[in-house]
Amino acid sequence: MPRELWKGNEAIAEASVRAGLDAYFGYPITPQTEILEYLSKRMPELGRAFVQAESELGAINMVYGAACAGVRVMSTSSSPGVSLMMEGLSYIQGTEVPAVLVNVMRGGPGLGNIAPSQADYNQAVHGGGHGDYHNIVLAPASVQEAIDLTVMSFDLAEKYRTICMVILDGSVGQMMEPAKMPEMRPMQRANWDWATDGRMGKRPRRILSSIYLDPIEEEKLNLRLLSRWKTIQRDEVRYKEYFLDDAEFVIVGFGTAGRVALSAVRQARAKGIKVGLLRPITVSPFPFEAIEQLVGRVSGFLVTEMNSGQMLEDVRLAVKGRVPVEFYGRMGGVVPFTEEILHEIERIASSKLSVDVDPREAWLERMAQAV
Amino acid sequence: MVATNANNLVYERPEGFTDTPTHYCPGCTHGVAHRLIAEVLEEMDLIDRTIGVAPVGCSVFAYNYFDTDFVEAPHGRAPAMATGIKRVLPDRIVFTYQGDGDLASIGMGEIVHAAARGENLTVIFINNANYGMTGGQMAPTTLPGMKTTSSPNGRDVETQGFPIRMAEMLSTLDGVGYCVRRSLHDPKNIRLAKKAIRTAFETQARGLGFSMVELLSTCPTNWGMTPVDSLKFVEQHMVPAFPLGDYKVAAGVAQIKI
Repeated sequence: MPRELWKGNEAIAEASVRAGLDAYFGYPITPQTEILEYLSKRMPELGRAFVQAESELGAINMVYGAACAGVRVMSTSSSPGVSLMMEGLSYIQGTEVPAVLVNVMRGGPGLGNIAPSQADYNQAVHGGGHGDYHNIVLAPASVQEAIDLTVMSFDLAEKYRTICMVILDGSVGQMMEPAKMPEMRPMQRANWDWATDGRMGKRPRRILSSIYLDPIEEEKLNLRLLSRWKTIQRDEVRYKEYFLDDAEFVIVGFGTAGRVALSAVRQARAKGIKVGLLRPITVSPFPFEAIEQLVGRVSGFLVTEMNSGQMLEDVRLAVKGRVPVEFYGRMGGVVPFTEEILHEIERIASSKLSVDVDPREAWLERMAQAV
Repeated sequence: MVATNANNLVYERPEGFTDTPTHYCPGCTHGVAHRLIAEVLEEMDLIDRTIGVAPVGCSVFAYNYFDTDFVEAPHGRAPAMATGIKRVLPDRIVFTYQGDGDLASIGMGEIVHAAARGENLTVIFINNANYGMTGGQMAPTTLPGMKTTSSPNGRDVETQGFPIRMAEMLSTLDGVGYCVRRSLHDPKNIRLAKKAIRTAFETQARGLGFSMVELLSTCPTNWGMTPVDSLKFVEQHMVPAFPLGDYKVAAGVAQIKI
């Protein structure tokens, strides 16, 4: 396939089609609406299911139904809509059926705005819906990566009978970049031994439910989910490393914040500053081990995010106070400029850091001075 | 003792049922409604290609009793789940079984839009005028003046609103092929209810759009009545408030001969 100019949202839509998307259910919300619009034309022309639902609640429960029927199914939304879907996510996880959900994040809380944000990290990575479960969460930083991770999300969801979320900020959804689409996969429905697709004269009935009325049975489910999650943590961590070989300190950033940080790292390298970048691709499972490996040989970390330091807590959990962790974030739909992060790199390179400084407090003080 | 054989057998478990005692209270009409569905599925030879969608409410465990595939929906979302299933498996028979709290309150959005889209589903709607499973709170269908655990002085329409007539409401939507209300309070009405359930599944089997049968039902436990008095209550108080009848029978459905 040649490289073509693709808009992020439309690229995700086409990539899902080529990955064998059998059914799509969605609801319009900026900045992800192009996915719904694209699939409203593309799915019917391929004879596949498309429904514009009455709400995000409707959409996620249609996803739930189709997932129980055993087909490749996806919904997409943006922050406020994803909040509405949290009920369905919890049920889907409790029922152990695979589904893909894309969140093109925008500024919040509440209606917030429609500008790029990473404020839903905690919702995606640390819960959102009720009950004890984990989502696999992938975080692309470019249109090409959005394509590749969308394709991968279906395989991961089915491999582990779980939800795989793709979270990207609105800028990746809205920007156009050259990217290569995968070949169209042949449509072939899996014959899952758990799907409620009708007995069809061949087998005993199947029930799919998230009810375990006996607490001991519910605990067994919790243990099963946890055991599966430990396998995912062991086998599915993905991240990208940049300039880490001789790095004296390391930036950790995902999605667009990681991409902007890479530009800053390149500029800093040109100035002779030995800084590297670790960009998690799976923010869940989080690359704890990769950070553990770095702790012994770097003097500190700088976490950059488009939120108030949500992934920061996971980095601190990995670092365990052994080396200083600094933070730089922009919020509310503000995307940091390369210069801002370069300025942070230069500040860190020229100052003595302490493990006793609270990174968020220190960042807020610097923000107050800047304003 | 006379041995049971094919000649003297007058009542048996339909094939559509599993061999499982139900959890329903004595005198509750859920068992009757379940049986009618199982009989219809058996008569239409649909058991092995039917997928049921259970609600949240007393019938949350409906999936234990039917010998069909079943899924269990979040509260009120059964029509959305059923939509997801039916859209990817259009040759299967998909039905939801929902109570009044599930369908007419928390699931109002899902039911109205499934009907408006003309989803080729069958909905069996149990109207017993209260939330049974949680202990008899006021439902959207609770009659004016009716005492419940959350309307202890009787439903005051000034502050608690009026009952919702779902069959009438949904019948205004063009996507609906068949929408009727029946009652389970006596044998004659039970027979009429079964015929309606059969027509609803025939509607779906022929692709004639959304079908719903609303069934006026009893809740002796939460109403604080004997089963017999509950049946009388349905006849004397619920039927006048929720008139029985055919609210929408599309032209194609009217031609179905049962």
